[in-house]
Amino acid sequence: MHGAHSHNYLNHEKGLWSWLTTLDHKRIGVLYMISVFIFFFIGGVFAMLIRWELFSSGQNIVSPAGYNQLMTFHGAIMVFMVIIPGIPAFLGNFFLPLQIGAKDVAFPRLNLLSWYCLMVGAAIAFMSLFFSGADTGWTFYTPYSIQTDTGTIWLVTGAFVMGFSSILTGLNFVVTTHKLRAPGMTFWKMPLFVWSLYSTAILQILATPVLGITLLLLVAERVLGIGIFDPALGGDPVLFQHFFWFYSHPAVYIMILPAMGIISELITTYSRKTIFGYKAIALSTVGIAAVSFFVWGHHMFVSGQSEIAGIIFSFITMLVGVPTAIKTFNWVATLYGGSVRFDAPLLYALGFIFLFTIGGVTGIILATIATNVHFHDTYFVVAHFHYVMVGGTLMAIMGGVYHWFPKMFGRIVDDGMARITFVLIFVGFNVTFFPQFVLGAMGLPRRYADYPVAYEALNKISSIGSWTIGLGFLLALYVIIHALKRGEKAGDNPWGARTLEWQTSSPPPHENFDKPPVVTAGPYEYR
Amino acid sequence: MFSSTAQAAPRSFMPIQGSTVAGYVDSLYAFLLIASFIACVLVIGGFIYFAIRYRRRSENDKTLYITHNNTLEFAWSFIPFVIFMVAFGWGWWVYDKMRVFPENALEVHVTGYMWAWDFMYKNGKRTTNEFTVPVNTPVKLIMTSRDVIHSFFIPSFRVKQDVVPGRYSALWFEATKTGSFQVFCTEYCGTGHSAMLATVHVVETEEYENWLQVDPYRGLSLLEVGQSVFEGRCLVCHSPGEDRKVGPGLGGLFGKQVLLDDGSTVLGDENYIRESILYPNAKITAGYPSGVMPTFLGQLDETELLGLIEYIKSLE
Amino acid sequence: MSIAKTTTTAGSGPKPHHHAHHFESAEHEFSAAKLGLWVFLSTEILMFGGLFVGFFIFHGIYPEMFKEGSTFLDWRLGAVNTVVLLLSSFTIATSVYYAQKNNQKAVVLNLAATIALGAVFMMIKYIEYASKIEAGLLPGQLFSYEAAEAANLGLYFSFYFCMTGLHGLHVLIGMGVMAWVLKRAINGEFGPGYYTPIEGIALFWHLVDLIWIYLFPLLYLVE
Repeated sequence: MHGAHSHNYLNHEKGLWSWLTTLDHKRIGVLYMISVFIFFFIGGVFAMLIRWELFSSGQNIVSPAGYNQLMTFHGAIMVFMVIIPGIPAFLGNFFLPLQIGAKDVAFPRLNLLSWYCLMVGAAIAFMSLFFSGADTGWTFYTPYSIQTDTGTIWLVTGAFVMGFSSILTGLNFVVTTHKLRAPGMTFWKMPLFVWSLYSTAILQILATPVLGITLLLLVAERVLGIGIFDPALGGDPVLFQHFFWFYSHPAVYIMILPAMGIISELITTYSRKTIFGYKAIALSTVGIAAVSFFVWGHHMFVSGQSEIAGIIFSFITMLVGVPTAIKTFNWVATLYGGSVRFDAPLLYALGFIFLFTIGGVTGIILATIATNVHFHDTYFVVAHFHYVMVGGTLMAIMGGVYHWFPKMFGRIVDDGMARITFVLIFVGFNVTFFPQFVLGAMGLPRRYADYPVAYEALNKISSIGSWTIGLGFLLALYVIIHALKRGEKAGDNPWGARTLEWQTSSPPPHENFDKPPVVTAGPYEYR
Repeated sequence: MFSSTAQAAPRSFMPIQGSTVAGYVDSLYAFLLIASFIACVLVIGGFIYFAIRYRRRSENDKTLYITHNNTLEFAWSFIPFVIFMVAFGWGWWVYDKMRVFPENALEVHVTGYMWAWDFMYKNGKRTTNEFTVPVNTPVKLIMTSRDVIHSFFIPSFRVKQDVVPGRYSALWFEATKTGSFQVFCTEYCGTGHSAMLATVHVVETEEYENWLQVDPYRGLSLLEVGQSVFEGRCLVCHSPGEDRKVGPGLGGLFGKQVLLDDGSTVLGDENYIRESILYPNAKITAGYPSGVMPTFLGQLDETELLGLIEYIKSLE
Repeated sequence: MSIAKTTTTAGSGPKPHHHAHHFESAEHEFSAAKLGLWVFLSTEILMFGGLFVGFFIFHGIYPEMFKEGSTFLDWRLGAVNTVVLLLSSFTIATSVYYAQKNNQKAVVLNLAATIALGAVFMMIKYIEYASKIEAGLLPGQLFSYEAAEAANLGLYFSFYFCMTGLHGLHVLIGMGVMAWVLKRAINGEFGPGYYTPIEGIALFWHLVDLIWIYLFPLLYLVE
């Protein structure tokens, strides 16, 4: 059924067992794709239920306790099971070796193990549903997470195990990038997607272990009462927040950096233009990764940390804004003088820039310490991070999936339908989340199961928008399934792209390239 | 009860400016919004223009080959940097106003717990879920929590501070308008988080002085005292009817046999009600988790306790 | 399928090792594996780093409590364990050396010695733990020692047990992996051409040793 080429990674071996034991990075990428899509569907259902409950003031479909479970699982699933593995472990796994001309990642067994870590971790996390759920929010703040009478420990343990998945992926990517580049592929000739995955990998390696130890201590706190985060025993609950955000702020960049890499690929391909400021983008990626380790305190301006600390964190956060702005300007400048073709992937890329810009400028509003005091933990923050995480990362995933689908499965996606999904998701997204900026400015706190009537009108608009997004993603699922079954056969390089993955057949053979590639030019040489 | 010239009704730009710092925060926010708007117009307008202007006309389009432009790149790195630094410095300046406490501030002690706020004044006056302060007077709130982390947020005053168990945190404000303003809990604290609301009443100094001296229960029957305490402290979790909220409904409790989680039963009499208020984990009603209800030992005086018992007796 | 597995050949020398299909050569594979190991070790350092940071923060808040806590630890047992671990680091390094020199017997001997020294370390650890548990010097809530002067002394023992416990777990894991490497060494799989697993476990073991070098003075000696 697949592709014009008789022999490729899809038919290299047969049967479910060959998939579950595969060491081929492409097949592992597909495994990740399936699991991430399923998790995204589950997390999306939780999101829909949240918006349904919030459609009007007062209790609608669930009790406040039920609502708290919804928002906890929505957050935990989307963060730990969708957005973090979403790009690196799924698209990255498939395309990093292809883009640098390698036959596989450095440690294929660890690669497979990382997928199993995600699966086992997710299974443990979902176990909590059978033990009266979890209601701490995905942030697990102490001392509430110590005191609450729910199955929090399962969710925490699950997140801990999923951390190994993330670390193993990062480890593999760092070594692969260093050791397995094709002859001639210098660092300055690597595609920007590879640069972004490399920076992400470093974040995964350095930040995730800190989350690991923090979650272990939280488990010990619940099981044994060790007291490190418990004020009654001399501990400090705010220390947990420091530890947690020391991981989770870099984690935000684990989520967005690879998305930025995808956007660089899409913009250049669909405008047939070399990237503007290759080195600036590459270096700003690394710069963001480095600085992101020193901004965690901007989540804690009103937590009681010292005023001086708050001011310093505000300052460093502003510094992260600069390389982020540079990237955005570079993408816009790349379009100048190009030959722009409005395929669905480009629409998603432009949608990314649109939404990410709004997410970025509101980030500056939140980084400014005096305004942060008002906006902290209100819907303004909810809107901001959804603009970055959904408007940014998910748009990039969608664009990336449509862009690389012909390479992965040898079939073309119906572009008209794909563009409709873009319109639905993009419009629905703005209708859902833009009103939340206003709600936040009006003072509505986040994680509220119910709200005063004064906030009802905007919440209604927001809920209506969420249905449009849901519709868009369901259609996107249909488009993909349709393409898998009935899509036209794709050529090796349907978009005329210049990076290495397009120089092999679609779908690629088991060892990626029939003849090991030798690189002589940069990744975006459109002349 | 209070003359109110300003309501806490939320407005779309920002809530009403009710304190001295609110104006500073709003000016900064306005600056940031305008700068953001310009940035969005430049970036979004820019890419829409380029994308349409340079749309593909034929498959043989020639594209420009531009790798970089140092001047341009320096400009768009440096200009945002300057704007960000202005935002940072301005933010710092306003933040200073929020965090440098005036010396002669009126101090009020605040205790947060699941899911209510207690306020205590220097003369011993105590209130729950609402408190009163004089207008044009600096007020300092010294806050702590009895259980988990809460956060005290008055949108109209643009102030917010986490309330942490085991330590004191503080915030201050000087209200500039009389009226009643909404207080939210903004740190997620469990089932009743969104119901952990309070109101701050801002009144003229004279009215405040009078209010401070008034015994809130003077002239009230024991039953009415109980009802007022119930509405302030118990209603978040207990219905006066028989329906389940966080805890069991208390309607018809008195004189009934209550089934406990160890299978035994206990008569719902004065002793049981009193024990359940002061030592909530001593006996747990069947079907409810233990450890959820905080103790009110030392939180209620004898009148309030008797009032509550009277009130619960009266519930059908 | 072109993934080459280790094939058996006759003869007394080390069996030839075939590198995986996506590497150019055995050296290429070895250098990748080594980089991967260093990256892995950095995750370990970050994880222990979290505990160390917590330790320093609380040491700063409650210096008296930490001082009192450390008096309950027997520095002599700690010192013996330090020597034991240092010695084991030496034996594992020697094992790598002999693998490079193709001295199969010495490789096996030194690996076995390292495992034995790890076991001695854990035994001494057990003696220490047993006496703490008996005295009620336990973490947080479980703390039941009556004559403590500092309030919340259990917090010190939370750090003591978390840090040494996590470290002990690493010793046990290291011993387990080493047993597997030992089995392969007895089969004669290693030689100058291929000794990546020995090199790997040696690096890991050095890190475990290094962490102890920091734990020992912090917990036992610092006042």
